[in-house]
Amino acid sequence: MSDESCKVVDYRWQCRRGMLELDLLLNNFVEKKASTLTDQQKQSFELLLSYPDQTLLDLLLGNTVSSDAVISEIVEQIQNTPFDR
Amino acid sequence: MSESNRQPIERRQFDTLIIGAGGGGLRASLQLAEADLSVAVVSKVFPTRSHTVAAQGGMNAALANVGPDNWHWHMFDTVKGSDYLGDQDAIEYMCRTAPKAVYELEHFGVPFSRLDNGKIYQRAFGGQSQNFGGDQAARTCAAADRTGHAILHSLYQQNIRAKTHFFDEYFAVDLLQGDEGQVLGALVFNINDGSIIVIEARTTLIATGGAGQIFKTTTNALINTGDGMGMAMRAGIPLQDMEFYQFHPTGIAGRGMLITEGARGEGGYLVNADGERMMERYAPKAKDLASRDVVSRAIAIEVREGRGCGPKKDHVMLKLDHLGEEVIQKRLPGIRQTCITFLGIDPAEAPIPVFPTAHYTMGGIPTNRHGQVVVPVKDTPEEPVAGLYAAGECACVSVHGGNRLGGNSLLDILVFGRAAANHIIEYLKENKYHQQIDDAAINKVVDKVRRYDKPGTGKETVAGLRDELKQVMEEHCSVFRNKEILNQGVDKIERLAERMKDLSIDDQSYTFNTAKVEAFELENLMAVALATIHSANAREESRGAHSRTDFTERDDIAWMRHSLYSFENGLDYKPVRTKPISVESFPPKPRVY
Repeated sequence: MSDESCKVVDYRWQCRRGMLELDLLLNNFVEKKASTLTDQQKQSFELLLSYPDQTLLDLLLGNTVSSDAVISEIVEQIQNTPFDR
Repeated sequence: MSESNRQPIERRQFDTLIIGAGGGGLRASLQLAEADLSVAVVSKVFPTRSHTVAAQGGMNAALANVGPDNWHWHMFDTVKGSDYLGDQDAIEYMCRTAPKAVYELEHFGVPFSRLDNGKIYQRAFGGQSQNFGGDQAARTCAAADRTGHAILHSLYQQNIRAKTHFFDEYFAVDLLQGDEGQVLGALVFNINDGSIIVIEARTTLIATGGAGQIFKTTTNALINTGDGMGMAMRAGIPLQDMEFYQFHPTGIAGRGMLITEGARGEGGYLVNADGERMMERYAPKAKDLASRDVVSRAIAIEVREGRGCGPKKDHVMLKLDHLGEEVIQKRLPGIRQTCITFLGIDPAEAPIPVFPTAHYTMGGIPTNRHGQVVVPVKDTPEEPVAGLYAAGECACVSVHGGNRLGGNSLLDILVFGRAAANHIIEYLKENKYHQQIDDAAINKVVDKVRRYDKPGTGKETVAGLRDELKQVMEEHCSVFRNKEILNQGVDKIERLAERMKDLSIDDQSYTFNTAKVEAFELENLMAVALATIHSANAREESRGAHSRTDFTERDDIAWMRHSLYSFENGLDYKPVRTKPISVESFPPKPRVY
C-alpha cells in the first residue's frame, strides 16, 4: 500500500465522528477529494479534523465562520463536494 | 496460525475495564478513578467523538426550578411512557437520583443554561406531567442545544484529571471468560498498528451505546454498530427487549438526519407520488401533526403500496415550499441549511424526501439497577454474571421499556454509569485478585483477529453484506410490522448470517486497517439484527414503539414480560419488575396523552 493511500485510510478513521452529519460530510469529501489535495490543503484538513465535533458541525453547516483563512477554504471545499444522488 | 509462531501478546492488568467512552462509560470511569482504582477505558474513536456528543435535547430531573415537580411524577411519566414494560425499581432509582446527577455534572463543569434567578433552566418536553398525568411539567435541564457535547467534554476533562487510562482507537473484539462464565477482561486491538492486547480486569463494564446502524435510515453515527451487544451475545448473554426501537417519522430519505416536527408544526405537510396530501386519510383530524408512530406507519404504508416517490419509490415528500422563503428562513433556518448541504435542495423551492429514521435502541444487555449484567439461570430469571456490568444505550436496565421519553437517555447513562461504578467499588472489595485467563480462551479470539491477516477466499464483502442487512431490517423490521413481513425478514437475516463465513477483506495491512474493524462491526450488527427481528416476530401485540398491524392492541396478560434472545436458546421471557423500591406500583393503564 502506498503512503498516499495509507493517508486516505488514516483520514477515514479520523472521519468517524459522534454525529451522522459529520460522518456523511467528511467521508464524502475524503472519498472524492482526498487524493487531489495539496500538502497545504492536507495540513488544513488535518487541523480541521482535530476540532471538536460540535465546532466542526457549526463550521460545516455554516452556522459559524472560521477567522482562519485556511480553515475557511477547506470548509468551503467540503461544503461544495456534492453527494451522489 | 500454529502455536509455535504466535507472537507474544501484551497483557495489561486493571481493576476495571470500561469498553466505550460515551457519557455512561466516562461517568463510571470517573467514579472509579476517584476511588483510587486503576481504570482502563477502551474506545474505538477518540472519546469526545462518541455519540453522546450528538444529544441535543437535555436531561430530565425533577428540580422544580420552573414549576412544581417531584421525582414521583417523573417516575409516573417514565412508567407510562414505557407502556408499562419498564422495571419500576430501576425507574424509581433513576428518577430519585436525577437531581443529584445534574448537580454533580454542574460541579464537573457542565455549563447548564440558567434562569434569571440563577437556577438551572428547565424546558418542557413531550410526556412530562405534573401530578401524575396533569398539567405539562418542565423537567429537562439543558446546556443550550449542545447538552451532550458539554457533558462529554466535561467528563473527559475530569477523567484526565483523575488519571483514567485511555486506550484511544482500540477496538474491543471479545470478552474473555473463565470456566464458569465469569468475565475476566477483553481482547482488544490497536486500530493504528494492528497490535493485540489482552486487558485483564477484575470487573468489566460495557458502555458501547446503541445500534442504529442495523437500519438503512438512521439518525445514529456510523460508530453505532452495537459492538457491546454483539460481544455479550457471543459470551452467551441474551439481549433483552430488542424489538423496541424508536423511530422518528421524518428523516431525510437515504441519509437519516432528522427534520424536526417543527417543520410540520409550521405548516409543512407530507405528499405521496400522486401529490396527494396522504395524512388526511390516516389521521383526518390531526393530519400531519398526528403522533410519531401514526405518521411513521403512514409513510411506510404509502411506500409499501407503491405510492412512494423517486425512481425507487422509496420515500414520500415533505412540502414546505408553500410557506415561502421568508417564513422558512425565519422559523426553520437549521432545516433549510441541512437540506441544502445534504440534498442540494432548498426547501423554499422544492419538497424534501423523507422516510422514518431509526433513532434509539430501548433494548440491550439485561442489567439490574446496579448495572450488573443478569441472565436467567435455571429458575432464577436474573442471576448476575460475575465481573460484568453494562450501562447506557447498550444496556437494558430497563427504564425505557417499550418507549423512551425525551430527556431520559442522557439521564439513563449518567445515573446508571455512576450506579455501576458504585457497585463495582463494593464488588472489588470482595474480589481482590485477578483470575488467570486460560490461554485457549485468548487464542480463540486471537485466531479470529488473525483470520483477516491473510487474503481470504470468501466471496462476500463487508459493504455488500452490511448494505443487504440494513435494507432487510428497513423493509422487514421498521415501523410497519406484521407476521408475513417479519417472517420473511427472519429468513433473510438468517441467510445473511450464514453468509458471514464467506466474508473476506482486501486489506491485509496492520496500519489503520479499517476494513478489519468494519468486519468486526458487521459481526456485531448481524448479532443485533438477529435478536431484534426474532424478538419482533415473536411479540404478538402492539406496545410502545413495537407496533403490529396484525396485533394492534397491547396485551398485558400475555405480553407484559421482557423478551430475551440468545444464540444458544433463541427466545425466552422474564417478568417485568413491577414493584418499585419504596412506593406503590403504577398498574398498567391505557397510554393516552
